[in-house]
Amino acid sequence: MKSDGRWPWLFVGPTFAGVLVFYLWPLGKTLYDSFTEIGPFGGSTWVGAENYSRLVADGEVYRAILNTVVYTAIVLLGIPLAVVFASLMNRPGLRFAMVYRTLFFLPYVAMPTAISLVWRIIYNGDYGVLNQALGVIGIDGPTWISTEWFALVAVGLVGLWMSIGFNLIVLSAGLKGIPSELYEAAALDGAGRLQQFRAITVPLLTPSIFFLSVITTIAGFQLFDMLFALLGPTNPVMPKTQSLVFLFYNAAFDNNERGYGAAVAVLILLVVGLLTLFQFRFQRRWVSYD
Amino acid sequence: MRTPKFLITLTTLLAVLTACGGEGGSGAGDVKVPDDPAQVKGDITYAIWDVNQQPAMQEVVKAFNQTYPGVKVSISLATFDQYFTKLKTQASSDNLPDVFWMNGPNFQLFAANKQLAPVANLADAKNYPQALNDLYSLDGTQFGVPKDFDTIALWYNKKLFADAGVAAPTAEWTWDDYKSTAAKLKTALGPKGIFATGDELGNQGNWYPAILSNGGHIIKDGKSGFGDAKTVEALQFWSDMVKQGYTPSAAQGADIRGRDRFFAGKAAMMWNGNWLVSAALKSPVKDDLAILPLPKAPSGDRKTVIHGIGNVMSAKTKSPEAAAAFLSFLGGKEAALIQAKAGAANPAYNGTQTDFVKSAPYALQTFIDAAAQYSEPYPVSKDTAVWNKLETDLILPALGGDKPMSEVGAEVAAKMDEALGKEK
Repeated sequence: MKSDGRWPWLFVGPTFAGVLVFYLWPLGKTLYDSFTEIGPFGGSTWVGAENYSRLVADGEVYRAILNTVVYTAIVLLGIPLAVVFASLMNRPGLRFAMVYRTLFFLPYVAMPTAISLVWRIIYNGDYGVLNQALGVIGIDGPTWISTEWFALVAVGLVGLWMSIGFNLIVLSAGLKGIPSELYEAAALDGAGRLQQFRAITVPLLTPSIFFLSVITTIAGFQLFDMLFALLGPTNPVMPKTQSLVFLFYNAAFDNNERGYGAAVAVLILLVVGLLTLFQFRFQRRWVSYD
Repeated sequence: MRTPKFLITLTTLLAVLTACGGEGGSGAGDVKVPDDPAQVKGDITYAIWDVNQQPAMQEVVKAFNQTYPGVKVSISLATFDQYFTKLKTQASSDNLPDVFWMNGPNFQLFAANKQLAPVANLADAKNYPQALNDLYSLDGTQFGVPKDFDTIALWYNKKLFADAGVAAPTAEWTWDDYKSTAAKLKTALGPKGIFATGDELGNQGNWYPAILSNGGHIIKDGKSGFGDAKTVEALQFWSDMVKQGYTPSAAQGADIRGRDRFFAGKAAMMWNGNWLVSAALKSPVKDDLAILPLPKAPSGDRKTVIHGIGNVMSAKTKSPEAAAAFLSFLGGKEAALIQAKAGAANPAYNGTQTDFVKSAPYALQTFIDAAAQYSEPYPVSKDTAVWNKLETDLILPALGGDKPMSEVGAEVAAKMDEALGKEK
């Protein structure tokens, strides 16, 4: 085969340099840092696996993993919801389809911090809309953002609500790829709408659903900004609600323990990597590409 | 994707932070104020964190330029939440601003790591309250020039007391009076959704003054004071206030801050500092407010912490002369008066507080008297932020709970001593 010479490198070069400088080098550096102790103003000492043995012994880490998993699970619920919404919205002849699409997508484009501030007001224990509404049916609601577990669920619900828009876009694209003959044939055979949904829509959407579940899991494990903005760093339940990334932030920036912070970052990378690997292995069982 | 980028940014930042680190060295040495102002030239940066004070700081720069026309000062503003993270990042790459604001909890970390230049030659320590000079010295060397100061007093809403038919507080109040009046206020105002107190259960505003008034301590000789019986009693006082429903719990405080309740007329009194004066003047209850000295502990003692911002300069500034001249000016009487007149801050320079006292129709002199008569230095160590976080994580959620403060205090003391032992 004839070589293309240097030309391909010229085209790949800029991207490759970007990946090298902004992804690979920091990755390697973080890995190295996780074996060191770093002073608040720089200067590092090699401490071997000390940060990792501390990580294993730190009870906060396990709670943070649990919180992150719970949050991710809640946000993942957005995928089945979005499948239902997407197929409702893509029914031929639906009026105001554009309006629905905009409404669903708006939360995704809005700034998470701004959204968090609005939800803070909704969740407010004394004056919030949510508790006012619950009060009407006789339920005395908690102070949502400062009660253990409720706070995590509150954050999860906002995350779910925000993710629906993106899910819808991906799933709508998937729906467009399903040939309408399939539905026509099914209708001729006497299949009702629900049966069509189960036998045609869902199976043919599985590639999109798989893509979304991988993306959502990765994003879920990086929960930080909403936790920070919705609950606030000095919230009394924060120690019981914090995520892995929050733990990393605390270690690296508040406690001046950047080596330990780097170890937490490596842990996050490992967990996300394993979960993604597992999802790719498991997809053969349920994703159909026919 | 939005979120994945975030982690990348953080890890990159982390890597950049650590990559450029180096051992600190003192480039500025023992700087002096230059003799001939016209000869001093340079561009310097002045970092601050309070947007409310920015106009006053610009005024100060303008006044400084009358004497030093050759120095260009750019003010750099970052919000408090990010301010020290940013400074540490800048310090790691030897890019600290030439002159910047410092606070007590972060001071020793920067000074001990050789990031700050000694400033004894730039300002006369006699001009400032002793406690503030102490706050900004390390091992006998002065690294900061006090800018302003704050103490704690009792704020109350006259109208709410009148509405409830409860006698107004006096300067002779004790904690028992505070508690029993809170009980009456709760009965009268509680049904209207108004809290007796809008205390924020914070260290500087609530526990520290209570602990010190009661004869306890927060840190002494490098050891935590949270196991001390007197300290525990003070914490128990606040815990009881919450348990009785007089003071919003920490959970309720996370929803709406105590000061916001107070300034909305939804709380009748609180312990808080003079940094709230401008907020008070903007509030709908501004005409109903009054200020008194803090209630006394059962022993009859009354104490408050005194804290204030310090102006410091980087040890590695590229324009030591210009920075020294500016820092010296910041520490002077003229700069203090500009800030006082603007109502921006209560200046630290002795004798310049009158203008600040006149800036609001409340008894602001209370804060000045507190500083002079019954204040103690703000408790700090080499890395204060670490145990400050322990305080908020462990004490705050426990206030008003069933766990006795003796247990909570002992736990904090153990963990804090461990953290103090790791300080370098």
